[in-house]
Amino acid sequence: MDFKLSKAHLLQQELYRRFAENEIRPLAREMDETEQYNMELLAKMQKYGFFGIPYSREYGGAGADYLSYALCMEEISKQDASSGITISVHTSLCCSCINDFGTEEQKRKYLTPLINGSKIGCYGLTEPNAGSDAAGQQTVAVRDGDDYIITGSKVFTTNSGFADTFVMFALTDRALGTKSMTAFIVERDMPGLTVSADIPRMGIRAASNCVVTYDHVRVPAANVLGKEGQGFKIAMKALDGGRIGIAAQSVGIAQGALNEAIKYVKERKQFGRPIAAFQNTQFKLAEMQTKIDAARLMTWRAAVAKDNHENYSVYAAMAKLTASEVANEVTRGCVQLLGGYGFTREYPVERMMRDAKITEIYEGTSEVMKIVISGSMKLK
Amino acid sequence: MSKDIFVAIEQRAGMVQKVSIELLGEARRLAAELNEQVVAVLMGSGVAGLSDMLCHYGADKVLVVDHPVLEHYTTEPYAKAMTHVIHTYDPDIVLFGATSIGRDLAPRVAGRVHTGLTADCTSLAIEEESKLLLMTRPAFGGNIMATIVCKDYRPQMATVRPGVMPLPEKDESRTGEVELVDAGLSMSDMNVEILEINRNEKKSVDITEAKILVSGGRGVGGPEGYQPLRELADVLGGEVSASRVAVDSGWIEKDRQVGQTGKTVRPNLYIACGISGAIQHQAGMEGSEYIVAINLDEGAPMMKLADLGVVGDLSVIVPKLTEAIKAYRAKQAV
Amino acid sequence: MKIVVCIKQVPDTAEVRLDPKTNTLIRDGVPSIINHDDKTGLEAALRIREQVGGSVTVVCMGPPQADVALREALAMGCDEAVLVSGREFGGSDTYATATILGATLRKIGFDLVITGRQAIDGDTAQVGPQIAEQLGIPQVSYAEGVEVQGDSLVVKRQFEDQYHLLKVKTPCLITALSELAEPRYMSVGGIVDAYNKEVKILGFDDLKDDLNPAWIGLAGSPTNVRQSFTKQAKTSGTVLSGLSADEAVDAIMAKLIERHII
Repeated sequence: MDFKLSKAHLLQQELYRRFAENEIRPLAREMDETEQYNMELLAKMQKYGFFGIPYSREYGGAGADYLSYALCMEEISKQDASSGITISVHTSLCCSCINDFGTEEQKRKYLTPLINGSKIGCYGLTEPNAGSDAAGQQTVAVRDGDDYIITGSKVFTTNSGFADTFVMFALTDRALGTKSMTAFIVERDMPGLTVSADIPRMGIRAASNCVVTYDHVRVPAANVLGKEGQGFKIAMKALDGGRIGIAAQSVGIAQGALNEAIKYVKERKQFGRPIAAFQNTQFKLAEMQTKIDAARLMTWRAAVAKDNHENYSVYAAMAKLTASEVANEVTRGCVQLLGGYGFTREYPVERMMRDAKITEIYEGTSEVMKIVISGSMKLK
Repeated sequence: MSKDIFVAIEQRAGMVQKVSIELLGEARRLAAELNEQVVAVLMGSGVAGLSDMLCHYGADKVLVVDHPVLEHYTTEPYAKAMTHVIHTYDPDIVLFGATSIGRDLAPRVAGRVHTGLTADCTSLAIEEESKLLLMTRPAFGGNIMATIVCKDYRPQMATVRPGVMPLPEKDESRTGEVELVDAGLSMSDMNVEILEINRNEKKSVDITEAKILVSGGRGVGGPEGYQPLRELADVLGGEVSASRVAVDSGWIEKDRQVGQTGKTVRPNLYIACGISGAIQHQAGMEGSEYIVAINLDEGAPMMKLADLGVVGDLSVIVPKLTEAIKAYRAKQAV
Repeated sequence: MKIVVCIKQVPDTAEVRLDPKTNTLIRDGVPSIINHDDKTGLEAALRIREQVGGSVTVVCMGPPQADVALREALAMGCDEAVLVSGREFGGSDTYATATILGATLRKIGFDLVITGRQAIDGDTAQVGPQIAEQLGIPQVSYAEGVEVQGDSLVVKRQFEDQYHLLKVKTPCLITALSELAEPRYMSVGGIVDAYNKEVKILGFDDLKDDLNPAWIGLAGSPTNVRQSFTKQAKTSGTVLSGLSADEAVDAIMAKLIERHII
């Protein structure tokens, strides 16, 4: 067992770190306050291959792996969690469905532009009345000749404000429930697809997150991913991988906040010395760094297992459960260390604390993670 | 045997550059220790008239290489001329200004005559026993100083930072020998073609000439933060300068940057406003005669360097200081 | 056009700190980076290749650890990488370094050589011109703009108070200022490729027929470091804290008057 990153991984980490510090950090606060993602920044990340990291060269990807993707998510999210989720939903939810279940033709037509940096993807599963209970889906797809007619609505679809390609799920037979759930690739400009304004949120406010309404959208049968009725499996598999991304995002948020706190406690003087000189501060920081490192190792274990084609879904769930809790605890602790300044928008830690909350919720809540983990423990 | 100290005189459009005069002064000082002569090497086209002035500033002898191909600086004709002079006269030491011309020409010449060259020196001395030239220069961004020697090759060559050596007094009674040198140049020595010469339209300020500098760093906060500094500089009859952070942030022009990658200044008064004082910055201003630092951070390295450090908010203090000086002057005038 | 860019791996001097107790440099944990001016040179070379075709070879003289600098250059898009490394090369000054790199360049061939203006650790700006001298080709240093015209380059050459537009025929050498081009980042795919490529290593035996062994390394360097030292901090002046703004102004005024500055 070797806990060292390879040279290529280290160099990637360096790339993501430099890019995030130079390009994302200066924009993060403004993007949060305006609740607008900077599209020039998005284009830059596309240009350097951040939107196709674990995908094959054959289709235009970078040809790296999930561990690389986790490194990217961490470094990017250290500066801005909204940038992290924008990459993550595209990569591990939208693209993975097409990569894992698409036909050769679908890959050429849809995966290639997504991973070579030309187009952005999103993933529509959650509905107003079907969150953790994905089986409560109501969106339907009715076969009509060579097409399906899709009707329904999806909520909290990240990236939907500017995405080109929508991987979404609909029931072909409501009576059969999830057994009939089917995955479709829908293009933004297909008539009947409308995207709402952004949903006002507490955190990751720069990310795009909207309601997507499908009003009799006619989609060719050639755009079905996998087979009819395979949708639930496709959706869940994507979420397994996505959780590695969210775990890495959480580690990044936590480490980013801790780095800010470390900088602050060295400069801030109270009672005649830097507050870093107080053992209470030192112990607090030590505890936080230890927890972050534990979460990071769990995240890397899940990523490496996925890269090795081992069963990783429980690892991913454990990593996400732990890392998201660590992100919340650490960001809260960092705001506390910065005191009154931590509460102001002059410092980024309040944003990080707000951003951290969603990591315990999306791509499976902490409670759902516990279902996945306990389900593997042969308790019944 | 190699002897005498040669100074490559840099002239641009017939104007001798200040650094060359500084070098004549330094060469005089070194020559006294070695009991050698100071020889100015003047290269250009129609420049022989500058020779007397070089003698007034300390040259015992002026070697003039005058040729139309030397009208504007290009590397090869100048390198050829200088190499010819070195091969013909066998100097002990050759000094160049560490300007964009000196730093282009000197390495080319040192390579051609196969000798050592020390870049960007800030101090020169003669080692007593060996009579070697001790060339001291900053390295690692000014974090350390290194003293370099060139033992086995001649001449010993160095480029010297502008603004570091004091300007010598002009002595119009001094005279010297002027010798025209035929370096065998021809127009075909030019291996580049000058398509256009563009003198910068905005007159570049020379902060190295200023007696008083009001300098702003990160603490100034932005481009608008320089206005009060400018007003203070105006009442003091000085110039505004800046640290690297401020220049890199685009708050102020690069030609006002003080420090390792900027300019070396030694004004009578340096007021450092909101400059923490990284070593790289100190390298460019520590020769200032009197340093005042205004900074919110008492622990800033600049506070240690300063003769007078004031902990406080520059945005309040600087305008008040400007007013106080005006009021003082008004009172004096009555 | 075959473009060769010479780069140097340097400690990030912005990160170098002095040990307050011993007054020596703390170099542990200081990251090594590609010298910034050299990276600008890489970018300029890649843009020229994109414009007129050809190839970009990156050359770095240094210890085996400089491999990562070459991988980074490959990941930015360079075609080939050469590491010039050997015990015999250690301790070289600028003349000796140029001798070694000159031999390297003759061996691998070039139409255009680009170096950075200067490295942030040594700040000499001498190696570029001295390589050109070794190769007997024209140099244009302080380049802040470059354009290819057939087999010539038009280079905007910066001086302190002016610039010249110079036309120079290849083969030639230019030294890049940071104004020349904003370097791109590595790409993710570029990093993957970089570690699938071979970095060619040239040692003393590969170059010895084309250089004088007496002119390289510490022994062959015309200049030697006699001593290095850190500057002594000047004795502290007065630091006044806890003053009101008016008191602070009075304190400064008193000194300005005392010193006859006003």
